[in-house]
Parts: sequence; C-alpha cells; structure tokens
Amino acid sequence: MQVKSRLRAPMWVWGAAAVVAVGGIAAAVMSMRTSEEPIASGPSVTRRLTAEQYQNIIQDVFGSDIDLGGRFEPDLRVDGLFAVGASHVSVTAAGMEQYDAMGRAVAGQVVDANHRDMLMPCKPASAEQPDEQCAQEFLGKVGRLLHRRPLTDQQLQAYVTAATQATQITKSFYDGVALSLSAMLSAPDFLFREEVVEPDPDHPGSYRLDAYSKASQLSFFLWNSAPDSKLLAAAEEGELHSKRGLARQVERMMGSPRLESGMRAFFEDQLRFDEFETLAKDSALFPKFSAQVADDAREQTLRTILDVVFTRDSDYREIFTTKKTFLTPELGSIYRVPIYNDGPNGSPDQWQPYEFAADDPQTGILTQIAFTALHSPAGRGSPTIRGKAVREIALCQKVPAPPGDVDFTQFELASASPTSTARERLGVHASVPSCAGCHKIMDPIGLALENFDGSGEFRTMEGNARIDPSGEIDGIKYEDANGLGNAIYRNPAAVSCIVDRLSARALGRTTSSGERGWLKDLKDDFADNGYRLSALMREIALSRALYSVSAPAREPAQQQVAAASSADR
Amino acid sequence: MRNLTTRRRMLRGMLGGAAVSVGLPFLDCFLNTNGTALASGAPLPVVFGSWFQNLGLNPGRWKPSAVGKGYQNNVELVVLDAYRERMNVISGTKYFLDGRPLETHVSGVQIATMGSIPAGVSSDPSLDTTIADVIGDKTRFKSVEISLSGGRQSLSRRKGGAINPSEPSPAALYARVFGPEFKDPNAAEFTPDTQVLARRSVLTAVADERRDIMKRVGAADRARLDEYFTAVRQIEQQLDLEMQKPAPLKDCSIPRAVPEAEVGRNVAAVERNNKLFAELLAHAVACGQTRVFNVNFGTQGLRTPGGVRDWHSLTHEEPIDPKLGYQRDVTWFINFATGTFARFLDTLDSYREGGGTVLDRTLILWQTDHGYARTHTMDDLPILTVGNAGGRIKTGMHLVATGDPSTRVGLTVQQAFGVALNSWGRLSNATSKPLTEMLA
Repeated sequence: MQVKSRLRAPMWVWGAAAVVAVGGIAAAVMSMRTSEEPIASGPSVTRRLTAEQYQNIIQDVFGSDIDLGGRFEPDLRVDGLFAVGASHVSVTAAGMEQYDAMGRAVAGQVVDANHRDMLMPCKPASAEQPDEQCAQEFLGKVGRLLHRRPLTDQQLQAYVTAATQATQITKSFYDGVALSLSAMLSAPDFLFREEVVEPDPDHPGSYRLDAYSKASQLSFFLWNSAPDSKLLAAAEEGELHSKRGLARQVERMMGSPRLESGMRAFFEDQLRFDEFETLAKDSALFPKFSAQVADDAREQTLRTILDVVFTRDSDYREIFTTKKTFLTPELGSIYRVPIYNDGPNGSPDQWQPYEFAADDPQTGILTQIAFTALHSPAGRGSPTIRGKAVREIALCQKVPAPPGDVDFTQFELASASPTSTARERLGVHASVPSCAGCHKIMDPIGLALENFDGSGEFRTMEGNARIDPSGEIDGIKYEDANGLGNAIYRNPAAVSCIVDRLSARALGRTTSSGERGWLKDLKDDFADNGYRLSALMREIALSRALYSVSAPAREPAQQQVAAASSADR
Repeated sequence: MRNLTTRRRMLRGMLGGAAVSVGLPFLDCFLNTNGTALASGAPLPVVFGSWFQNLGLNPGRWKPSAVGKGYQNNVELVVLDAYRERMNVISGTKYFLDGRPLETHVSGVQIATMGSIPAGVSSDPSLDTTIADVIGDKTRFKSVEISLSGGRQSLSRRKGGAINPSEPSPAALYARVFGPEFKDPNAAEFTPDTQVLARRSVLTAVADERRDIMKRVGAADRARLDEYFTAVRQIEQQLDLEMQKPAPLKDCSIPRAVPEAEVGRNVAAVERNNKLFAELLAHAVACGQTRVFNVNFGTQGLRTPGGVRDWHSLTHEEPIDPKLGYQRDVTWFINFATGTFARFLDTLDSYREGGGTVLDRTLILWQTDHGYARTHTMDDLPILTVGNAGGRIKTGMHLVATGDPSTRVGLTVQQAFGVALNSWGRLSNATSKPLTEMLA
C-alpha cells in the first residue's frame, strides 16, 4: 500500500485551523433539485475501515510521521467498489494479528519520547506508576476521535483500568497507556463503522442516523477519514440535524484540503488501482517499465484527474479528453517526452505539468500508462482486456464471463502467424458465434488503444504489420484513441457511472430501488452544474437520502438496549 | 468465556507478585524424553496443508492407467515418484455449476475450497478453516497462508466474507513466526514477557465493553462481528500460550533469518521462495507454531524471463504441437509447477523429528481449478493427497470416482481431521460419501 506524501497535522494540535478556501468551490452557484420528497431508504450498514481509511485516521489523529508497521487484510470489491465490499467483510485471525501489531506499533510511537509531549495533554506524576487522571484525560480525548463519538463512562473506565493494570505489570506509565491505546485501535468500535439508528422526529415513522453516525457518514464520504473535532462538536450540539447546520459543515469540509483525499480515494477505488500491487511487466520485453514507473503512472493518473475535478473544478468528463497531465522523468522515458526535475525558482520537483499537443494520441486517462499497462498481461497488450476495463471502469457496465468450453483452435491458427496484428487475431472472435456476442462489445474499444504496447509506450507497428487504431463503441466509430476519449466523454453511461458509484461509495452499498428517484435528481443536477464533481459531492452530502435508513429489523429487547446505550452518550 | 475468571484471578495474582506458572491451564502437553510422541503416548499432533495449483494438467498425461494400490505414476506426475507409496491420486471427479455461469478460474477454486459457489458476497468457509478450528487452536498461529505469486489474497476464507491474508514474502514470514515474540520451546529458562502479560490483561479489561457492539447491530452484522470476536479469542489464546513455558520440542530448531527478496511472478523467484517457505514451515511445525498451512501456487501470470506470454495466456493461445500432441510451453509450466510441489515435499520430508519427518504427520491436499485449462473443463479433475496425517489416511492408491463431485475428497479429508461433518458442499456439489478406501 502506497502512502502518499500529504501534509497532515494531528487533529487536536492544530485543530481544524488549517482550512484553506479553495477558490470556486465555496462560491459556486449550484442548482439543486429538492431532496425533500419522501424516500424509501435502504438498510443501515456496518463497514470495516478500508486500509486507506485506517491510514488516514492515524495520520489525522496522530500526525503523518507515524509508521503503521503492518499490512492489511485484503479488501473486498463488491459492485465495483471496495467501499461497498467494506459492508461485507469481517476480520480473520491472521488479519486480527496484523491489526493488533499495527495498533501496538502506532501506540508505541504516540507515547515515545519524540511524540508524547506533542500528542499527550498531560504528564504523569511518575513515569513508573499508574496515573489514572492523566490516562483518563488522554484516552478520553483520543477515544472520542477514534470511536468517532464520545466514549461512554463504562468504556472510558475500561480503557483506564486497562492502562492501570498494564502499567502495574510493565512498571511504565507510557507502556501501560500505549497498550490501552492499542486495544482501542483494534476495538470493533474503531475498526468497524457501525451506524446507530434513531427515529427521525422530522419525518415520523422514518429512521435516520444519529448525529455521530451522520458525522462519520459525511466525513468518510468527503474526506475518507474520521470526523475531526469540530464535526464531532457539531454532532454533539445537534447542529447536523438542522439543514443550515449541516450545510455549514459541508461547506467547511468542502473547503478543506482533505477533500482531495476523499476524491483521490474514490478514484483509486473506482479505477481498481489496488491491481498495481500485483502488476509486473517482463523486463526483457519492456526494459523501461520499472517499479518506479508503475508508482509514478498511478500517481500521474490521479494527478490528472484531480487537476480536472479538484484544482480546476472542471467538467468531470474532461478526464477522458484532457491533454494536461503531470510527468516525472521516469514517465517521460515511456511517453518520449524530456522531463527535468526543475521546479519553480530552481527547486527540484519530481512532478512537472505537461500538456500534450492537440493531435497527440495521448488523450485523457484511458491512454495513460495506468490504464494501458495496468489492463494488459505482462508481456503484451490486450484489446479485449482493455475494452472490458473501459466498459467496467469508465461506464460501469458488466461484461459477461466467457463460456466454459471454448474452442481456441481458430484463434490459435491465427496467432501462429508472425505477421498478424491483434486486430486480425481477434477477428476470429467474430467468426465464432459463442464468442462474437461479448467480444464485439470489448475488442473494438480496445483496438483503438493498440498504438500503446503492454507497457503503455506508443508504437505504430506490431511486429511487421502497421497498426490500425480505429474502433467503435455503441455504434460510434472513431479513428484512434482521441476518438475513443471523445466517445466516452459523450457517452451518457460515463455520467451515470460516476453518480452511481459515488453514491454507492457514500452509502456503503448499492442504492436500493426506492432511491432511484434520488439518483435521477443527482444525475440531472450533475448535468445542470456542468458535470462538476464538487457539485455532485456537495449535493450527495446534503441529501437526506445519505442519512435516512429503513426501519431497523431488530428484536424489541435489543432496540431498547440500543436506545439506552445511545442515551448514555 | 468460561475460563475468563480464572485468567482474571491469575492476572490479579501476578499483579500481587504471585508465581506466574500457577493457575494457568496447560493448553499443550509435554513430549516424552525421546521426542517421538507426547508423554501421554499420543503421537505428534497432525498437520494439514493445502496446495492450490491453477491451470490443471494435460489430459492423458497425468492419470495412472492402473487403479487401486500399486499404480504407476503417469508422465506428468513421475516427478512425485519418491512419494508414490505415501500419496493418493484421485481421478474422475467433477465441479458442478448447477446452471450458474462458469467464471473461469474462479468457480472451480470456489468449489474446490468451499464446496460451493457463493451466492452473493457471503460464502461458505473454506475447508482449511474448518480443519484449523479443530487442530489449529493450540498453536500460536491457527494457520499460515503463503502466496507464491506475490498477491495478498489467499484462498482461505472464513464464513462471512473474511479472507485470510497471504504472506508473499519469506522474510516477513520469518519475522512473524521466529521474530522477537518467538519463545524457544527448548530454552532452559522461561521468563514470561511482561509485554505479553500486560497485553493479556488489557484484553481482559476491555473484553466486556467490546462486546457491547453486539447489542447494537443487526443480525447480519452480528454474524460478521462474531468472526471478529473469534479472531480476538485467537489473539487471546496466542497470548495465553506465550505466557506459559512451552512444552519442550526436542526436534525444534530455529531457522536462520531469511533476507528480504523479490516476491514475484517469474520462475526464479517462485523457485527460491518455495524453498524458503517450505523450510520455514517445516521449522514452524516442528517448533509447535502452527498446524495448518495453505500454499497458493496461483501464478496464472507466471512467466519465464523474456517470455512474451504468461502461462495462463499460453493455455489459450498456444497451438497444440502436432508432433508432441500437447501444448509445449504450457507443459513446461505444468512440469515446473509439479516439480515445485515435489521440492516442497522434499523440504518437509528432510526435516527429521521423532522417528520420522514433518511430512509424516502431515496431509497435503493438492487441487486445481480446471481439468484442462485450454478449454476450461470442469471434469476429470486431478486431485492429489500426500502424507497420511500420522496414520489417519491410507495411501499408495489411485482412486477413481468418475462423475462424482470433487467434494468427496474434501469431505474425506475434513473427516480424517475430525471435523464434525456428515456431508459437505451444496447442490450438486454436496456429498455425504467420503472416499472410505482412504480413511484408515
């Protein structure tokens, strides 16, 4: 898992003072259909934190110099998203071992001599003895951020007792507190995002998330991290239940640099960038493709997208057509563009903005290495795999699995010739009826990317044959990759795709049939707002649909317990 | 939670300076002085391993011609000849789709490991976890998952969508098993680590508060959280074991540290890592650290350096060599994979313990995703078992179960390890007929 270099200050050190207004967003005029119509809500979900969210919370709460020192259980992709799979996964014994190790590694650093003065609000009377008061102050403060709601008295008491007992055994106050903190970091209240549900007084008969669950829903959606102290305070004061209060918090959060993390996390999930983990290219065939190139390629695409949707707050669909990108010297060697490490005022900067010429085949993210190389086997390109990826990732369409008993004889005959191109070889698919049905919706898309080899480098020849990069999608024919980008730009499915996935990400589940009207409003408003992602995110964040849940299906006894325990808070 | 009070009392006792060994239940027994068996006379505990190799074998080149005992290995399994008397070859079984679409290289894996194709997201547990629930509770690690392909996904999953992460790096596995927290069972002195004692006391202190979440969530989420609490108990048991002097294991020796190396998809990396992993596992078993391991040979993307096409692509695209009658390059990979398995067995079998070797008390189940990868066949599957799990399985046979669900093998193996199951699998993959010829 790659950790981006983001400057993050621990939440309670600077509070949320570092809010930077992003031009254009706060001031944007937004048209929005009403979300006041009655909605049939879906169920509440309990989500396991994703690896990225775990990292973000640790960075936000304790600062960015804390090492995690562990690895995460694999996340599960459901309906195209880890964010939805999170509602289905649990924790295995081996996964727990890792959480336990990471929790101890993190807690150990928090209380070590380098950090304790900054991160702990008090000093113990003696470093060798329990100090319940100091432990309580620290654990209560950090517990509120990690559990994303204030600890109950019983919870706090349990953690303080744990620290006291551990201090008595280890003869060290800090070791004791660290072990208690590490228990907090492997507690279900931390690792799982539980949704607490309550009757909605504004809509009798309906249910909503309680104020703290609301705060989490909002902040994991916009920031991909836990609520900060201000948001928790807003929850505590009931502000999030008022329309105006919610809007105030959403505006504040949309103006925070953390919004970029939220957007970045969405696209990493949507683009299936976890597949970089097992990406390998044959070094004999693609000598320029190094691990560094792979890392940079992933970052290049994210930067390209964020430049469109965040920095320039522009039409989302431009990610498929933009000529503007960012390159490193390593990427430059594959794109055949000289890149030097010269930053502004002569300071070295690895990343340089670059704009390809209007007629350059480089156009949008589908022609970038993070697409062409990621969706290719190790030793060559594959129009079929790329075509399938365009369908699944850019358009959210599902391509059926291949039939079981495939006769590859025809294909093998075609591939035996050294002068054939992929187009000729794949032409065989059309001659076999059981293949043609699906391959005609994949191969012609991918053939437009044939000018990019398995490592993403431009080429005009395959072996001895000239490549014909023309292609077709849903009846629209085009000449080359530029045409493909334009066709995706104009494809209505590209818009539905982003709205569906972003709302599924926010909810932690695929939308239910009762929420279709809401989705339609979102799509219409997205168009009215010039397909600006920020406007779409704002509207989702302000939607009642995000915080309404269907009636909890619980046994009455448990409902009472739930009510009692939420009253405790 | 029955013994929670005991532990609490013990921990309080410790806080007051009482002797540490008092009050702790012994979760394991002592070996006799020869180290061949436990002092009670029981043999060394049994070990289960799974080995999953994708992409099948070549039809006509692996199935022995003779049936029953005294068979001769066919050409693609000759590499395992040294183990012929200690293994079984099972042929003829099928994976049934029951009208579900064939997800190539996925459906077969699911049926082989879980006995069913999951409906939706939640799945049945894989058989290694049901076995680990029976034999894996008394070791530090309930199971160890290894990936020779470099990925993190293992094929081991518990009910409710929890997938065990795989270890792709031998160096990391070394650190996990033999790192600072490892307690040498043969060390003369035993001082419980105060960190371990403190961690255990912390888990006890927060246990009740943690369970509160179960009262607040719905039934589906309760099932998932149940898995979470099972995992927490595993950590508690691990700590309990580390708090007591381990039973001496005469033949436990600590391996040399493993240097960090490339995890990967080329044959050289797989070859090297296979050897390192096998050695670590042998030591881990002999030192009482685990009794269940899962190796995912996986590597559909496996390539020779400079090879344009990976193994998986080759299975579909390489023409059948007219002289040989099979795909030449694909067969090279098949031989590489079975050869790698043979080297793995060699390594386990060269670790001496008691009167025999680590392999003697182990049973390894070898399965694959398709009978013939070129056309994705789901019948006449090659299945192997190696080892007799300390005498629980009869070996040296070629068993034929034509048209039967492959799950008969999985059921047999689970029953051999004492999993309380009368039948296993779902729909057409359900069976209540173990291969009784195999059960000792």
